[in-house]
Amino acid sequence: MNWNWDHVDEFMPLFWDGVELTLKALLFGSLIAFSLGLVWAVAQRSEKKWIRWPVTVVTEFIRNTPLLVQLFFLFYVVPEWGPSMSPLTTGIVGLGLHYSTYTSEVYRAGIEGVPAGQWEAATALSLSKRRTWTSVVLPQAVRRVIPALGNYVIVMLKESPQMAAIGALDMLGQAQNYSQTTFTFEAISVVGVAFIVIAYPASLLLRVLERRLVR
Amino acid sequence: MMSSEFFGNWFLPGIWITVQVTLYSAALAFVIAFPIGVLRTSRLWIVRFLAGAYFEIFRSTSSLVFMFWIAFTVPPLFNISFQPMFAGVLALGITYGAYASEIVRGALAAVPAAQREAGIALNFTPMQRLRRIELPQAWPEMIPPFNNLLIELLKGTSLVSLIAVADMTFAGDLLRLVKNESAPIYTLLLVLYFVLAFVLTRGMRLLERHAKKRVGQTPEKTSLFGGLRSKSSIDVVVSAPGGTK
Repeated sequence: MNWNWDHVDEFMPLFWDGVELTLKALLFGSLIAFSLGLVWAVAQRSEKKWIRWPVTVVTEFIRNTPLLVQLFFLFYVVPEWGPSMSPLTTGIVGLGLHYSTYTSEVYRAGIEGVPAGQWEAATALSLSKRRTWTSVVLPQAVRRVIPALGNYVIVMLKESPQMAAIGALDMLGQAQNYSQTTFTFEAISVVGVAFIVIAYPASLLLRVLERRLVR
Repeated sequence: MMSSEFFGNWFLPGIWITVQVTLYSAALAFVIAFPIGVLRTSRLWIVRFLAGAYFEIFRSTSSLVFMFWIAFTVPPLFNISFQPMFAGVLALGITYGAYASEIVRGALAAVPAAQREAGIALNFTPMQRLRRIELPQAWPEMIPPFNNLLIELLKGTSLVSLIAVADMTFAGDLLRLVKNESAPIYTLLLVLYFVLAFVLTRGMRLLERHAKKRVGQTPEKTSLFGGLRSKSSIDVVVSAPGGTK
């Protein structure tokens, strides 16, 4: 069998639909991952055991189980108890929740990187706990972890095709559908190349960002 | 609830397939990682470039897309056919081999330069230096990130269910269709993956202590939950391999 460019032309409109869905999932998924991750990280530093322990157990559990099975769980099991979600919404929640446990480690490292003198200074100025976090610690921590967080956007981009398994037609899902109805293989190759074209420049950009922000 | 017949026919073999896919692709990743990692420290720019290109290409693609590509594009394009499990192992091995090569490279770079110079002074060949000086010192540095990678790989094997390899995720999905029931199945699946990952981490921790003792470094104290994958994620590790102290 030979490569046929006609199939590529035919696939392109579907491909752009897939790109749109991938980008949507990426945008909202990373918003969830970034905000929830911060919540996990701060909760794990809590002085109260009843906050620290459940959060540790839950995040470790999520981190050590596959995203694909979590997506299946969210899509098929959760509706039995609560409202059912569309495939895209499920994908966004799944991606966000899964990677929030990774970003929480990033935030943790960032928070631990804030010099002890900064905490002491906040105590010396008798700032409240909330002021210490919001005005002293977090602004310094978050700035340092932005490149590492960006890294997770790329990781999420690469993992987002798993949403196709629950019917959210991202780039891969569209390619899969097209290939199955036409018995061709060009579409998947196009998607593979698309990932390199998006992810590689993005990781170069992050390297530049890292040099600017961290040092 | 699930009947024992279904459990015996699908779930248990599925667990075994998941373990097999994990072991095979880890072995393949390992075999790929060492030469690529070493070549990336080469003094010849063309060798460095080619090995680096391998890393960049497979780090930038989605492993699922790559797996689909191998499973559904390669056979018709080259007129060959193979088992889905072969495609899955190949895709995972090649992808994670790229990540692992970065760990090897980082650990080799962390060996103090004076060690290499001492090898030159002793008139060792590059191969002897690598085998007798650099790798033994770099090895303990590689184990913790390898450990993390292995967990990622274990979780990554769930993707093979999408190219019709009957691993435990596939068994679970099949059971959902047959029994029209999902809560117990997926809950059990999540717990199974967690348990497998946990056992794997513990095993690797023992290996790490053993390796560190052999080269005279003090092994860190670990608690049951406290140290579990504390330096999480391949990418954090990949960008910052720990230096020798």
